[in-house]
Amino acid sequence: MVEAINAGLADAMADDDHVLVFGEDVGRLGGVFRVTDGLQARFGQRRCFDTPLAEAGIVGLAIGLSMRGYRPVPELQFDGFSYPALDQVISHLAKYRNRSQGAMPMRVTVRIPSFGGIGSPEHHCESPETYFAHTAGVRVVSPSNPADAYSMLRESIAGDDPVIFLEPKRRYWSRQDLALPVTTEPSDRARVARPGSDVTVVAYGAMVRVALDAAEVAERDGGVSLEVVDLRCLAPLDLDAVLDSVRRTGRCIVVHEAPRTLGLGAEIAAVVQERAFHSLEAPVLRVTGFDTPYPPATLEGVWLPGVDRLLDAVEQVLEP
Amino acid sequence: MSTIPDTKDSAEASVEQTVGWLSRMLLIRRFEERAEQLTLRGKIPGGVHPAVGQEATAVGVASVLTTADTVSAPHRGHHHALAKGMSPDRLMAELFGKATGVSGGRGGSMHLADFEIGFIGSNGIVGASVGVALGDAFAAHYRHEQRVAVAFFGDGGVNTGRTWEAVNLASAWKLPLVVVCENNLYAVETPTAEVTGGGSIVRRAEGFGVAAVSVDGQDVGEVREAASAAKKRALAGEGPTFIEARTYRYSGHGSGEGPGAYRTVDEIEQWRSSRDPIMRLRAALAKAGQITDDEYARLETEADREVDEAVRFAEESPWPDE
Ligand SMILES: Cc1ncc(C[n+]2csc(CCOP(=O)(O)OP(=O)(O)O)c2C)c(N)n1
Ligand SMILES: [Mg+2]
Repeated sequence: MVEAINAGLADAMADDDHVLVFGEDVGRLGGVFRVTDGLQARFGQRRCFDTPLAEAGIVGLAIGLSMRGYRPVPELQFDGFSYPALDQVISHLAKYRNRSQGAMPMRVTVRIPSFGGIGSPEHHCESPETYFAHTAGVRVVSPSNPADAYSMLRESIAGDDPVIFLEPKRRYWSRQDLALPVTTEPSDRARVARPGSDVTVVAYGAMVRVALDAAEVAERDGGVSLEVVDLRCLAPLDLDAVLDSVRRTGRCIVVHEAPRTLGLGAEIAAVVQERAFHSLEAPVLRVTGFDTPYPPATLEGVWLPGVDRLLDAVEQVLEP
Repeated sequence: MSTIPDTKDSAEASVEQTVGWLSRMLLIRRFEERAEQLTLRGKIPGGVHPAVGQEATAVGVASVLTTADTVSAPHRGHHHALAKGMSPDRLMAELFGKATGVSGGRGGSMHLADFEIGFIGSNGIVGASVGVALGDAFAAHYRHEQRVAVAFFGDGGVNTGRTWEAVNLASAWKLPLVVVCENNLYAVETPTAEVTGGGSIVRRAEGFGVAAVSVDGQDVGEVREAASAAKKRALAGEGPTFIEARTYRYSGHGSGEGPGAYRTVDEIEQWRSSRDPIMRLRAALAKAGQITDDEYARLETEADREVDEAVRFAEESPWPDE
């Protein structure tokens, strides 16, 4: 996935010299995850540059550049370091188009290596999506595989809306044979990642892999057919895709790494019962992280939703 | 473990104290070297930010602090914790994620705290250590307590607003805060000089109306003198002091990162061979006839023993909730 995002950035920069990449250590080093590797060498310091450690400043910079016709793609080094920039995102990045009655597009794509599963502590493994999704005016997307990562990134950079681009760093080292450029479904659409008939499992980011693994086990060991819906876009949510699936299966489980309370699962469960109540054969369940700070690496495996916890929930919704 | 004797209001130190600093610096160095090795061997999950090379900043400042004085630290903070008197056993256990760790095994390398010894916490948000110490300095001032709060942070933190919000408040309200910027020249792999306006960190601090001084952070005595003056000023109600300690980390930013391409091996070698804080203090003591080679060797052996013991303690400790 790292290579796909890197190629997405490079191709976007090659196609449009208004695309600028900046952030902490993204230039010379190529980013702590090497996502921006080689961009400064290829496009020069004017196009890809290091900033000071100053997240609010970085997003502020992007806002102003966007006003002057640039398409900035700032990186915030880790999920937990997006919080110092929240003020700029919530109060300004998300508001400008509305404030200017649409006259001022915010062509900003904020890339954030996100979520857990790589054995790093607090600040480095967090799930910040709800903070952003709760903010009207920004799109929030999260690819689950390299093809989507490339395609959704290109689309985000080319669009007129500000996008919070959450990269599941646990999937950074996943590989896929790709002929680039690749175009997948539009990034505001969910996708059925595995069709099935008994239970709908809604996931995004790294949890899509977990859901697909669980689906395999369920099929093999219990003859249970899970339909996995990859949300892809977390704000605005493509709930039609979810409802469509739930109307067929009658059962729904949402899985996310973020803590349970007021996570995306809560919103999805609410909408499913509002709009597909009569199709439901069982309560909508959530398999999530816990309502605690992200744990140290030694406890990460227990904290993060895994195949076992997901299969327990599957068993529960299938109980007569 | 020997503790660094408290000093009251003088920067004068006895031979015994000075040797104490040397042994504490050796302990930190050996601890950090071992912690990095253990991370690479998979014993310490989550990685560490070794402070090898930066021992004198922590020990110099801590040498003027009592238990009532507090220290708040950034992501690279083992040396501050050990200098403040944290048990190496419980620090190592924390790195391992064991229940006996200072944070119950739930904090890890970047999230240490031991309130009993006045170590009020390290955390991984760069610049945030200053805000935490600010509140503690306010409390000291509010309750007329004769103590200071010290915040360590790195040069990367000089370019983020939260650092200066805290400095400004401490200045406006004359709070007993000592802010110590360990300038090791780099934030991860970005040379701080390239992304910092104005050139001088100290001058920036002066702009907030605080007493500010730049010291050789590889000279434990010089650091101590500045810290002593800062503490005196704070206790006299004259407000905060900003100390820039010019220092260097020999290791990569994080464990196992190697020297990196952002600096030359020569540069690292220069700092190591001509400015090393341990070597310098040892040489000064030897020159004054205050330490023999045998005595120094014993300090090294003792540091190794303490670290061995800390590793054994961590290995044998239970996991949380076991
Ligand atoms: C708010 C915030 N942004 C980014 C990071 C990621 N990060 C961790 S350490 C570091 C560099 C810090 O440099 P400095 O303050 O000089 O401390 P040093 O590592 O040199 O001791 C960065 C960018 C962070 N921890 N916190
Ligand atoms: Mg630094």
